[in-house]
Amino acid sequence: MTTAPKIRLSGVSKSFGPKHVLRGVDLDVSPQESFVIIGGSGTGKSVMIKCILGLLQPDAGSIEIDGRNVLKMKASERREVMRRIGMLFQGAALFDSLPVWENVAFGLIQGQRMARRQARDIAVEKLAQVGLTADVAYLSPSELSGGMQKRVGLARAIATEPDIIFFDEPTTGLDPIMADVINDLIIDCVKKLGATAFTITHDMSSVRKIASKVGMLYEGHLIWHGSVKKVDDSGNDYVDQFVHGRADGPIRMPVKKA
Amino acid sequence: MKFVAAIGRAVLDFLPAIGRLAIFTATSLSHCVRPPFYPRLIGRQMLDIGYYSLPVVGLTAIFTGMVLALQSYSGFSRFNAESAIATVVVLSVTRELGPVLAGLMVAGRVGAAMAAEIGTMRVTEQIDALTTLSTQPHKYLVAPRLIAGLIMLPCLVLVADIIGVFGGYLVGVYKLNFNAATYLANTWQYLETLDVVSGLVKAAVFGFIITLMGCYHGYNSKGGAQGVGAATTNAVVSASILILVSNYLITAIFFGK
Ligand SMILES: Nc1ncnc2c1ncn2[C@@H]1O[C@H](COP(=O)(O)OP(=O)(O)O)[C@@H](O)[C@H]1O
Ligand SMILES: [Mg+2]
Repeated sequence: MTTAPKIRLSGVSKSFGPKHVLRGVDLDVSPQESFVIIGGSGTGKSVMIKCILGLLQPDAGSIEIDGRNVLKMKASERREVMRRIGMLFQGAALFDSLPVWENVAFGLIQGQRMARRQARDIAVEKLAQVGLTADVAYLSPSELSGGMQKRVGLARAIATEPDIIFFDEPTTGLDPIMADVINDLIIDCVKKLGATAFTITHDMSSVRKIASKVGMLYEGHLIWHGSVKKVDDSGNDYVDQFVHGRADGPIRMPVKKA
Repeated sequence: MKFVAAIGRAVLDFLPAIGRLAIFTATSLSHCVRPPFYPRLIGRQMLDIGYYSLPVVGLTAIFTGMVLALQSYSGFSRFNAESAIATVVVLSVTRELGPVLAGLMVAGRVGAAMAAEIGTMRVTEQIDALTTLSTQPHKYLVAPRLIAGLIMLPCLVLVADIIGVFGGYLVGVYKLNFNAATYLANTWQYLETLDVVSGLVKAAVFGFIITLMGCYHGYNSKGGAQGVGAATTNAVVSASILILVSNYLITAIFFGK
């Protein structure tokens, strides 16, 4: 194991006012690895991704992509790095003023200044890759079901053929079959591109399917990480409780008892 | 003591808000003049702000012109100054009522819609998605709207001026039985270029204010549907107040000798 990490977080902290969401997260992701973060709702998983993407500014720590600290970069350098990153948002975040194909082609047209006609052909191709036919291309995102929106979001994330792709809860809110379809698509796309995947989820079947490494976020720290094979006997009570979905254990949900 | 503390806190909250607005404005303006430009988006906004506001602005203008003629007749006839009606109508419309009423109507129509659209994009993470797709939100969302507002409001106000004067003419000629030629002659007699130009300058400033407030409040909205609702209200209220304040200032600059 001498490969340099693709993504490295050291001591990343982020607070919103008095609320300390991340309290020094350390994390390494190797190239072409599929890293999955698990953790309860509201533990700061999305905040962590947004820090890596530069949508939020961490209070402390460093974030390196390909060995370069992105927090110290000039805006133009940073945009260059961002060009090679794709992101699937938790709510898909499709642009509802644009038809589906322009959503998928957005990074090509606006980011890479590609001609619209050529970008549309690529968009249709990417839509086919996620199992959507060409007639969907001219619909508005609001005419699609949740599962289809996620697929379009996925097509948009992979359209520019990025090196690193982030998936924020790709299967949350989908029925088990659609969830499995999305899982398969993620594995497919990532393999085809040879990309590094960084996924957030609390769906254990998804973890077992797409992860090569797993990390658990709890109270602002990465409390455990290891190979997906070890997730069932991690020897960590917190991970154990989460993996088996038990109400009893070291993790206390702030629920008032009557 | 509590009262003083409350005032102090309000001031301390107010200052950073001014700072944020100033930074937002400066960033957006710098994106207005630096490539890449988005002519397609500018065109769509121009259509939205200009063309689709025509009915609202036209109706406002025609009734304003009509009521002005009626009111000044009932006032001026007391001291036999009926011949001044045409002049009063054209000066009031071009200098003040055209730009201000058009501005306020467009603030309600366009400013609110912009804040709602951009606010929804904010809370559904579409603005974050723009950034991850190597597109700067200020350039893509804000700059086209500012440019369109700056260009289209003067066009709208020019139309409103004409329609407003026409409204006065209708009442003057058909209700108050003025001679049509005399009314028109009175309209032109005292009208100066500066009257119209000052109105158009106001319109450009109002167009900037309306779109800036719509974008700023939408861009900074948070917390779901309620937050977007609040952003919409704030956009309309702040734009309207800024329109009235800047209207006074511009009038003072042009005419306040
Ligand atoms: N922009 C923000 N402003 C204030 N608080 C935030 C913001 N974004 C996230 N938070 C808070 O940070 C915590 C973690 O949020 P998030 O990362 O979205 O959780 P999750 O792990 O479910 O993705 C939540 O308690 C949330 O209230
Ligand atoms: Mg989340």
